[in-house]
Amino acid sequence: MTKSAPVQEDREVILRVRNLQKIYNPGKKNEVRAIDDISFDIYKGETLGLVGESGSGKSTTGRSIIKLESITAGTVTYKGQDISKLSGRSAVMDFRKSMQMIFQDPFASLNPRIPVKNIIGDALRLHGICKTDEEVSAKVNELLDIVGIHRCYANRYPTEFSGGQCQRIGIARALCVRPDFIIADECLSALDVSIQAQIVNLLIRLRQERKMTYLFIAHDLAMVKYISDRIAVMKDGKILEMAPADELYARPLHPYTVSLLSASPLTDLHKEKQRRRMDYDTSTHKYPAGTEVGMFEVSPQHWIYCSKAEAPQYEQRAFSRLQVAN
Amino acid sequence: MKETILSVKDLTISFQTLDGKVSAVQGVTFDLIKGETLAIVGESGSGKSVSVKAINRVLPKGNTRYEQGEVFYQGQNLLDLPEQEMEKIRGKKIAMIFQDPMTSLNPTMTVGKQVAESIVKHQKLSQADAMQEAVNLIKLVGIRNPEESSKCYPHQFSGGMRQRVMIALALACKPDILIADEPTTALDVTIQAQILDLIDELKRKLNMSVIFITHDLGVVAHVADRVAVMYAGRIVEIGTSEEVFYYPQHPYTWGLICSMPSVDTKDAVLYSIPGAPPNLLNMPAGDAFAPRNAYALAIDFEEKPPFFKVSDSHYAATWLLHPAAPKVTPPAEILRRYDTFKSLYTNVEGVSVYDKVCACAGG
Repeated sequence: MTKSAPVQEDREVILRVRNLQKIYNPGKKNEVRAIDDISFDIYKGETLGLVGESGSGKSTTGRSIIKLESITAGTVTYKGQDISKLSGRSAVMDFRKSMQMIFQDPFASLNPRIPVKNIIGDALRLHGICKTDEEVSAKVNELLDIVGIHRCYANRYPTEFSGGQCQRIGIARALCVRPDFIIADECLSALDVSIQAQIVNLLIRLRQERKMTYLFIAHDLAMVKYISDRIAVMKDGKILEMAPADELYARPLHPYTVSLLSASPLTDLHKEKQRRRMDYDTSTHKYPAGTEVGMFEVSPQHWIYCSKAEAPQYEQRAFSRLQVAN
Repeated sequence: MKETILSVKDLTISFQTLDGKVSAVQGVTFDLIKGETLAIVGESGSGKSVSVKAINRVLPKGNTRYEQGEVFYQGQNLLDLPEQEMEKIRGKKIAMIFQDPMTSLNPTMTVGKQVAESIVKHQKLSQADAMQEAVNLIKLVGIRNPEESSKCYPHQFSGGMRQRVMIALALACKPDILIADEPTTALDVTIQAQILDLIDELKRKLNMSVIFITHDLGVVAHVADRVAVMYAGRIVEIGTSEEVFYYPQHPYTWGLICSMPSVDTKDAVLYSIPGAPPNLLNMPAGDAFAPRNAYALAIDFEEKPPFFKVSDSHYAATWLLHPAAPKVTPPAEILRRYDTFKSLYTNVEGVSVYDKVCACAGG
């Protein structure tokens, strides 16, 4: 048992977040601790799922990492570089070339007044990837092919597309700079069920082809499990539990994770009828001042936010459940 | 004998738009049985909201055309009633809850007043009595400190609390029928679970019938006694929850079930329905789902399939059920569900895709 964030030697850490804090209106009456001291690593090529209810700070986490929000305290290190120390336009541009974001609302995140070829093409020009019009148009066509939008639609405006198609255009725009890291912030929640599956398949295909790393923020637990290698559960600005996806679903330890999993409806009728919901008492993670609380690794790669006194209990439970499973 | 409380027959609705006529609902027919929860599932634009809004006649007056069809409630066709008569039914006998609780509540009135307003209108109580009744209702839907909460404005509440207020508002007149139009879509899973349980509990307590609209099959599995699946303005399959979840016959239902991963899904590629829903402005001839349907037959592109009976309670509109249709093998997930169904319900009558699969495997 070590009290620090997970470190594993054999995999390359692409993003390291340490003691990240984001406080809105600090010191005022309406102070909001959106992110309250979280630490985690994302390894190259993996997908980390970030789940939690609205207001838990999962979107703020994504936005802080990509520098859309300034951070109050802590460090975000991307490829060995502290992103808060990036200064100057070119440094930030290089950073953004490497890290991109797909947003929740496919309509609101595309400018309705410019055609698709410019939505994608302007990004290409801005980053100096393509110079001439011919290059830009060839590249736009290539990107549209990748995301499955017909080339002849390049002159159309976002309003002429459906939600799923707009989300594909958003993905094409994110891909145009060939990023290594993509933050997908609830990119499925505005889409219909049959379209969600198409977008997920596209994201998985791109991950394989381009060896990309994803931070996948969502609240649909089944979908998060499907796409993620590891999952972090957030609540009130804190990561309460982090574990490999299968482990988290098979052996959830934190009572909040248990309640969250028990609340999500299942598509199998019989399992759904048998599902019993567990309520979570929020007072269980309000620790009195002076208690030593933090992330503890209670079994390999399985981290729990708890007090030092509770950690051995979790460890014991993790161990006994593992035995049952074997 | 099951008592039918509401009967929708051949409902066809179109909207006049600048681009032309949008056929939003085409020949929708279903019965609502007293005390049951009927779930209507479908993607956006499938006509599920329009169908139920037509029941309460809350569609925009200017451009809505009720082309044909009837909605029978207590022996009268609601679509023929004069507006004054309809006002006695709308909200009082048939109440609605909408998706977005913020835009459905008046931001400038306290929630207690909003609930009381409906009571005064329909039950002819005095202001003071109505206010007291409103507080009782707010308590009934599980809001703490009902006395004080009733004096709050909607913005002081969270989304889940607002949806509870909406439910209190809908229940104010003890309606026979509650229409819930995606009531939990805007809510977190934990809050969603509470609201679903609340609706279920109140349904039993007040002996209501519920029409529940959603696109989430997990929610359907939780609440529904019967399920109707809609696609492009038509019901493509209707049956009990068991039948639709374990014995689905329509390829669109297959696609819906398969494209939602469960926590056990390990497939390398998620099953997805290709393409996008049709444009309701110019519907294709034949089955609207045919262009996206891997199982489409030649006839699907020419003629709309009628309903084929699978059992007394289960109907599906797909040519695959026609005796002359070729044998097809549904996706693996669906076959697994068929096996579950066979093991649960041994005597299954009528025609089904499953029989054909068995025949195919056997000979």
